Amino acid sequence: MARITAGVGCSHVPAIGVAMDTDNTNDDYWKPVFNGFKKSREWMKKQNPDVIFLVYNDHCTAFDASCIPTFALGCAEEFKPADEGWGPRPVPVVKNHQKMASHIAQSLVLEEFDLTIMNEMEVDHGLTVPLSVMYGDVKPEQEWPALVIPLCVNVVQYPPPTGNRCYNLGKAVRRAIESYEEDLNVVIFGTGGMSHQLQYKRAGLINSEWDNNFLDLMTRDPLAASKISHLEYLRETGSEGIEMVMWHVMRGALNDEVTEVHRHYHVPASNTAVGHIILENNT
Amino acid sequence: MSKKEYSDIPGTFVFDADRSREGYHLNQFCISLRLKNNREAFNDNEEVYLDSYPMTSEQREAVISRNWNLLLELGGNIYYTSKLAANDGINFQNLAGRMTGMGVEAYRDMMLKGGRPIEGNRTNDEWEKD
Repeated sequence: MARITAGVGCSHVPAIGVAMDTDNTNDDYWKPVFNGFKKSREWMKKQNPDVIFLVYNDHCTAFDASCIPTFALGCAEEFKPADEGWGPRPVPVVKNHQKMASHIAQSLVLEEFDLTIMNEMEVDHGLTVPLSVMYGDVKPEQEWPALVIPLCVNVVQYPPPTGNRCYNLGKAVRRAIESYEEDLNVVIFGTGGMSHQLQYKRAGLINSEWDNNFLDLMTRDPLAASKISHLEYLRETGSEGIEMVMWHVMRGALNDEVTEVHRHYHVPASNTAVGHIILENNT
Repeated sequence: MSKKEYSDIPGTFVFDADRSREGYHLNQFCISLRLKNNREAFNDNEEVYLDSYPMTSEQREAVISRNWNLLLELGGNIYYTSKLAANDGINFQNLAGRMTGMGVEAYRDMMLKGGRPIEGNRTNDEWEKD
């Protein structure tokens, strides 16, 4: 049977992708950001997942204002990196485990999570930057080492789904994956955050103390973390910090008890606090 | 519009369904600039290009004058307006430098020093005291 062995929480700042794509990861500004992912890349090699279930948000790329699904599951055979206004990122096309994605879609709807199913979709930095930071440079003509099942969560138009809803969705995702008969090692990613505000006069807000407390809760009290209100995210972590609801899908899919094997926190990457955590399911 | 629980967060717009409705055509115009052909058409003749998007005259004027804060005040969302900025060669951080009124250098410097602190930036009351 397929099993979820670990979870990864990770920011998906577009400028991180640009730094990698333009080979600037060693300069004074970016070095401390990427140093925190050295251990993660070694871990990924060792962990070697067959499939990554990747929770992220689309930034008005696949979904503009005309269509705003709260949860959309990628069921296409593959997902091309999108042109977000400065050309597509030079990374490989993302390949799906299409049969497993279909199985998950069916399972989740019957568990009363009314998903949107995407049979055609381009993916933006929200999905490709976490793959890049965790795997390092992978050239467009190469392949990503794992298949990827994308789950898009609306966090652009308020309100996004609640932390509680995301946490429970994670639990349903786990049941779906564990009822899939192929023997597969699955790692789940929750992406976005941490504190940041991109807009208007309060832009640049960072709340390191809050962020680190959130990382603590991810490890030891995910239920408490899932109860954080939307108002608290908006006020304490900036209008775009609310992306962190997506981490609860990842955390809900893991055991209550996990082992934190790595953590990294750094300010700034462009306008954003970078947060990263790796949690392994205790066996 | 009824009072919303998040309306007392200073210097912040929460892009909710009301703002989404008000900003719809403005945002759809902005996101169209994601594609190269559209950027070329817009840059060739802004007025003609904008005719395809039935936004208000105030929104249209804010686009022409690149009034970044007014665009948000009129229902624009940063993920959309940033595409207009990108068309002009302005990245997210430089856009933030403009929106905050700090200027690009001072804003970048603030971020390098750990960003805008949460203390004093939670509620409108705290901003009005200054």
